[in-house]
Parts: sequence; structure tokens; C-alpha cells
Amino acid sequence: MALIGKTHPLDPHLRADRIPTLYCPGCGLGIGLGAMLRGLQKRIDEGSLNRDKILWVGGIGCSARLTFYVNYDSAHVLHGRAIPFAVGAKLANPELTVVVVGGDGDIAGIGGNHLMHAARRNIDIITVMFTNFVYAMTGGQVAPTTPLGVRTTTTPLGNPEPPLDVVKVVSSLNANYVARASITTPHYIEQYFYKALGMKGFRFIEVVSTCPEIYGRHIGLRDPVEMYNELKKRVIYKPRPTLDEAVISWEKGIVIGEFVVKDNPGFIDILQGGSK
Amino acid sequence: MFASGNIAIAEGAMTAGLKFYAGYPITPSSDLMEYLAEKLPQRGGVVIQMEDEIASINAIIGASNAGVKSMTATSGPGLSLMAEGIGLAVITETPVVIAHVMRAGPSTGVPTKTTQSDIFMVRWLTHGDYVIPSFAPWSVQEAYDLTIKAFNTSEKLRTPVFILSDAILAHVWEPLVVKEPGEVEIINRKTPRSKEEYLPYMAEDDMIPPMAPFGQGYKVLVESLVHDERGYYAPNNEKYKSLVARLFNKISSNVDWIFEHEEYFLDDAETVFIAFGSVARTVFALTKHLRSSGYRVGMFRPKTLWPLNEKVFKERIKGRRIIVVENNLGKLVMDVERIMCDREVHGASVLNLESPTLKEIKEVVMQWL
Repeated sequence: MALIGKTHPLDPHLRADRIPTLYCPGCGLGIGLGAMLRGLQKRIDEGSLNRDKILWVGGIGCSARLTFYVNYDSAHVLHGRAIPFAVGAKLANPELTVVVVGGDGDIAGIGGNHLMHAARRNIDIITVMFTNFVYAMTGGQVAPTTPLGVRTTTTPLGNPEPPLDVVKVVSSLNANYVARASITTPHYIEQYFYKALGMKGFRFIEVVSTCPEIYGRHIGLRDPVEMYNELKKRVIYKPRPTLDEAVISWEKGIVIGEFVVKDNPGFIDILQGGSK
Repeated sequence: MFASGNIAIAEGAMTAGLKFYAGYPITPSSDLMEYLAEKLPQRGGVVIQMEDEIASINAIIGASNAGVKSMTATSGPGLSLMAEGIGLAVITETPVVIAHVMRAGPSTGVPTKTTQSDIFMVRWLTHGDYVIPSFAPWSVQEAYDLTIKAFNTSEKLRTPVFILSDAILAHVWEPLVVKEPGEVEIINRKTPRSKEEYLPYMAEDDMIPPMAPFGQGYKVLVESLVHDERGYYAPNNEKYKSLVARLFNKISSNVDWIFEHEEYFLDDAETVFIAFGSVARTVFALTKHLRSSGYRVGMFRPKTLWPLNEKVFKERIKGRRIIVVENNLGKLVMDVERIMCDREVHGASVLNLESPTLKEIKEVVMQWL
């Protein structure tokens, strides 16, 4: 009974009446969201961000649903379409800080074309993509990031498709910021998100996550702790990683760090400059 | 001014308060966007050419939720791509206007030529139950006037609305009187009175929830799932039924306000032609031509295609022979047959990529006169 009346420090950021979440035990999304909210809290505390002006947008999938647990203006829209919705909202009201959250299927699969063009335009939104290597909410089908040879419910003979390296794709375009962290390194998620909130243009953060229920269990990592530890073993932090190091390899390791940091004019800058 | 149908829609949208346009080029709608790309930024709005029609419809929904009046325009295949997004606007009760400039289909069809084949497409485009108001102008002036009505309808009822034009009307040039500010009624969405008690989908007596924009501290939740008044996912029969019934009824119960039509020579008419959009221009000429030859014919022209006001149909054209003239294989006629089930109803389908000629229509309808 002693806990009644006490709250978690991040509760003010959450629609607490929606807790518990629908996430499975051991899911990495809670760690990821917690780290993002701590980064956000710092920005609010230092006065550089007004919480009324923050908009969260998610498409469909486990990760996208983070947007309806946060106690902010938020939108849970169509599969793959969070980025164009966010682009419209940002252009309609440039005062908004717009954060898109989604899984790799949502952002890089069905929504891949929008991701590419948002990066090309350097449109002023932040996209956080949680990569768990599988379509989780729909039951474990192959994702654009599923490693070669892995069995999924739609690749029962092993995935014949080489995975997409999304960090490399976005870095090849015009984005101002591209970083990768992992839920085993929440301090980097917090740091990168904090940094991204203070920048302009297109900012992309990949968070390598764990899905013990739909992915781990099927690749022989039978419990959440084992999956977490296996991922942690493979994560390598580099302060200045090269794009050649961006490939996600279970064998060679997963390099995290900041791949692109630029201060080019964002789309809004160009639009406002152009209409003068 | 002297303007085309596409320009008239663009001007009507700006008069109504358009501030955001997202689109993707497709014939015969493209020059509507090209016109706005030049004019709208001068009036403090934004025009962006997105990567496809899917992005366009989702961008205008995002923009509308950020508090501005938004629209897109497209044709044929473009509307097919927008289907899912238009369903999102329905369930999230987002006011947006979509100008659908019909071309010949199916598929890529004949991009530069006209039909009236898509009238059921705008009615039943996306999955689920809903009614989307659709307006079908027949002239450049009416394209302007009905575009303002389309925005007013979308704002008043928090709904997507179609303007149904076609390749003929898009590119015909006619005189256009643009209204001055204050000269025409402009409706804006209602907003909540208080932040404390605000629930994004709590409807008032008129079945419409007040709409708060992003960025003003309302903690808005826009939800594509079936939801309750808070916007929380509610996969149960009770909430599903009440939400979907309300989305439907908020439109259908306003049919008297939404539905507009015009009547010509109805008083003594034994035969009534029903026609809409660009084809109605030819049918009107034919009606006058036949009257001068002694035929007791009249014409009924719905300016609103969906929802149809069935009461008006029954009251105004009951007891006559009815001939529905359309540039398609027979679509509106199906509904007219259903509404006037005990009457003599004929479908005059006159497929023509240009525009059915007076002679062509006359040849088809004379078999019943």
C-alpha cells in the first residue's frame, strides 16, 4: 500500500491511465521511451522547449503505439504514413516540434519512400525508428531489416532477402542528423534525442531494440534477459563511426554512434527564405 | 475574371480560407496545383508537391489537425491511392477537401479525356461504413461556389468532402465572379471552450466534437483505431457501434443542408431528365431544344451527389417518366431506380471521351419519348 500516491518521475509525460501498456515482458520499447522522455525533460527543464508545442506521430505497429501513451499532442495514424502526416503538421504550424516514432517495418518498409523524401528535403522533423528485425504486432513476418537466412512466419525456409541498412540510406540523403543507439545503451538514446531536439532539418535516430516474444524466441534466444545480453555483447560504441561501419551484423557487431551531424538549412528555413 | 474550372476550384478554396495544399501531379488536375503554387504563398499559405498521392492526403490530414484548412486535388489513379488516407480523415473527423477531377479509366485509362465514371468511387472508396459529402458542379462559377460549400461542409461536420469535377469542366474557360471577403458565409470548425474538460472525440448535441489544434496545450489525441471519446482504442461492440453510427448520422442528418439541386421546366414536365456535372450542360440544351419542338420535358440536376436527398427526389419528380443521362455505363440511375422504385426510370448511358453531343444524347433518349 505504500506505493499508492507515489508516482514515477516520468509520469507527467505519460497518459498514466493507459498504463500498463500492451507491450510484452522484456520488450525494449519501454527503455527506449524512458530514455527519450528523459532527454525531452532536460529540454523542458532548461526552457528550450515548450511542452505544449510538441507533437508525437506514429503509424502502425508496436513502436508506433508509443505515441498514444505520451501525454502530449499526439497522432496514431496509418501504417507507414506517420512521416507525411508529420510533414503536413509541421508545415501548417512551424512552431511545433514534431517527433515521429515507429518500427523498422512502419518507417523503412511500407513507409520507406516517405522516409527517403523527408531526408532529401531535410524537413524539420525528428524520426526515431525502433529496429527489432521483425514485424512484431502482426505476428512475426519478415521485415526489411530481418537478417539473411532467418526464419520468420512468412519466410519459413529462411529469409532470402539481404536486409536494408537504414542508417546508410538516410545518411546518403540530405538529413542533418543520423545516429544509432540501442536499448542496451539508453544513455545514448537520451543524449541523441536531446541533441536532435535542439537541431533543425531532418533528424533520424535508429534504436536497435529487442523483441523477445516474437523475434528472440524464434531465433533460439529463449528469454528476454538472454536476448538483451546477446544484443548488449554485440553493440559497439564509436564516437565517429564511418558509413562503412553502419551495417548491422549479428556476427561482426552493431556499431552505434553519430553517423551524420550537419547544420544545413532545414526545409522550413528554405521555405521562409524563399517566400520573402 | 475569366477562368477554367480548375482555377475556379483553387480560387474558391482560397476564398474559403485554404492555407495548406499538398498534391502530386496528375492529369487533368495538375494545373489546379500549379495555379495554387503561385497564388497561395502570396496569401500566407503553403503548397508542397509530395512524393505521391498517399503522402499528399496524409499531409493534408496532418496540416488540418495542426489547425489550418487543407486540400488536395487528384484524378483517377491518384484517388485510388488516397483511399486509405480518406478513411483516416473519416475516423479522425479531420476536415479536408479533395477535388477529384474525373478522367477516363479504369487504370491509367485516357488521362486527358473525360468521364463521369467515378461517382461511386467517391461514395464507397474506402473500407468501413461512412458517408462522404460530394459536390458536382456544372460550370466554372459553380465550381467556385461549391468549393466554398465543400470547405464549409468539411469544417461544420468535421469530415472529408469531395468536389467532383471532370476533364471537361477542368479546362473550360468561362467568366467567374470571385466573392469579396464578407460577401459569402465562411464556416470555421468549432473549437473547445476549456482545456481541462477537453476530450478529442466527445460529441456535442449536433454529433460534432469540438476540434482543438495541435500546439495549444490540449493534449489532442488523433486516433485511427476505433476509439472512445478520449481517443483510446475501444475494440468493443458498444463503442464501435456508437462511433460508426455517429460518423454516419452526423452527415446523413444534415442532408437538407448539404443537398443542393436545380430544376428546369419541371412544372408541366411529363418526362424529367436527371443529369449532373458537365453532361448536364448538354442535357439542358437538349431539354430546351425538345421543349421548342413541343415535348413536355424538364430537368432535375443534383449539385450534391452524396448524400442524395431522397425526400426531394420523391417530392419533386414523382409521377413522371425519368431518364438519367450520364457519361458512364449507368451509375446514378441505380440509385434513382431504388429511390423511385415504382416509377418508370431509364438509364441513358452515353460513353464519350470528349463530351456526349446533343445529337448523341437525343438519339438515346428518343426511344422513351
